[in-house]
Amino acid sequence: MEHHSNIVPWEIISKINGFTIKYAKVNDDGTLDYEDFESKFSSKTKLASLSHVSNVSGVINDVKRIAKVAHENGALMFVDGAQSVPHMRVDVRDLDVDFLAFSGHKMLGPTGIGALYGKKALLEKMEPFQGGGEMIKEVSFNQKTEQCGIGWNDPPWKFEAGTPNICGGVALMEAIKYLENIGMSEVLKYEKMLTEYAVKRLQSCCTKLILYGTSDPSLKCGIIPFGIVGLSSHDIALFLDNYGIMIRSGFHCAQPLHQVFKLQSSARASFYIYNTREEIDRFVEILKEIERV
Amino acid sequence: MSTVEDYVARIEGTCGAEKDLIVIFKYDKKDEAIARILKKAQLKNSLAGIIFELAFHDVSFRVYKSGKAIFRGIKNREQLNEILVGLLL
Repeated sequence: MEHHSNIVPWEIISKINGFTIKYAKVNDDGTLDYEDFESKFSSKTKLASLSHVSNVSGVINDVKRIAKVAHENGALMFVDGAQSVPHMRVDVRDLDVDFLAFSGHKMLGPTGIGALYGKKALLEKMEPFQGGGEMIKEVSFNQKTEQCGIGWNDPPWKFEAGTPNICGGVALMEAIKYLENIGMSEVLKYEKMLTEYAVKRLQSCCTKLILYGTSDPSLKCGIIPFGIVGLSSHDIALFLDNYGIMIRSGFHCAQPLHQVFKLQSSARASFYIYNTREEIDRFVEILKEIERV
Repeated sequence: MSTVEDYVARIEGTCGAEKDLIVIFKYDKKDEAIARILKKAQLKNSLAGIIFELAFHDVSFRVYKSGKAIFRGIKNREQLNEILVGLLL
């Protein structure tokens, strides 16, 4: 169920470092097959990587459960939080994950910036992956050997070589403050209300519409993947675009999950704090028009 | 002398297995582009003047009043360009 961003980097580095990647299955409703995931662990497993929330189906994964199994097997746990951090309270200590990444552009912040959380002890052990200014404590030149000696800075600066994206950092901080002022629990509550309302309306009003994955709002965030019989996802998106409604169409950077669902592509409606029930009503009315095409 | 670029802002491949091509017309030229297309292509269906389902030289496509068109079953961008020349010029 992973976004390509949680597949491709591992594939690239596996070719360099020569390790094997095992992929866990998903159930027909798009939820994670936990038993299959847990069966993949062995004494050789170094790291488990899982999205907290699927960007296609909105399914919320029990990363705490997987983290526990990972640690029991001596592995580390990485979580892709791009779709969870903007939508709910995420406590990395409670989840006991070793690493968690998220992006600014999905949480009212700018593009091109995100954050990686890592347990301090692990970050201290890790080598930098980039070189430049700021990430060193000192660079000394030995006149006798004519060689440079380098001492790394402390985390996180050790991993932040060069002049940082200052504007992006300031803007992301303001976005975080804005969301925290609302309260992440309130954000999730509101999104779930919208999702539940939208699913009910879609199921009752649209006859040619197919909802992909689970429709149980208790299992997911505010994402509804769907299709309309006889129309491609792009036609649906272009039609809605005429009415000022923006959805995403295509693979959503998660082609393997579409293969599981046996779909050419999907349309995806997603909600956030700025959306309203009235907008959902409008969305449903336009979909009813589309069904008449 | 007019060119396709006078009407077309950009062409995008769709994300998905379908591999369709979406043509986005320039905002200030979209109405003229749609009018030209409607003159030359065969209208198969339309919905409230918002969507036009059309055919041109055995290629089926839809044009949206918002100024976008989606073309299916196109081999490559060169073929699409030839079709656009036929439709727009």
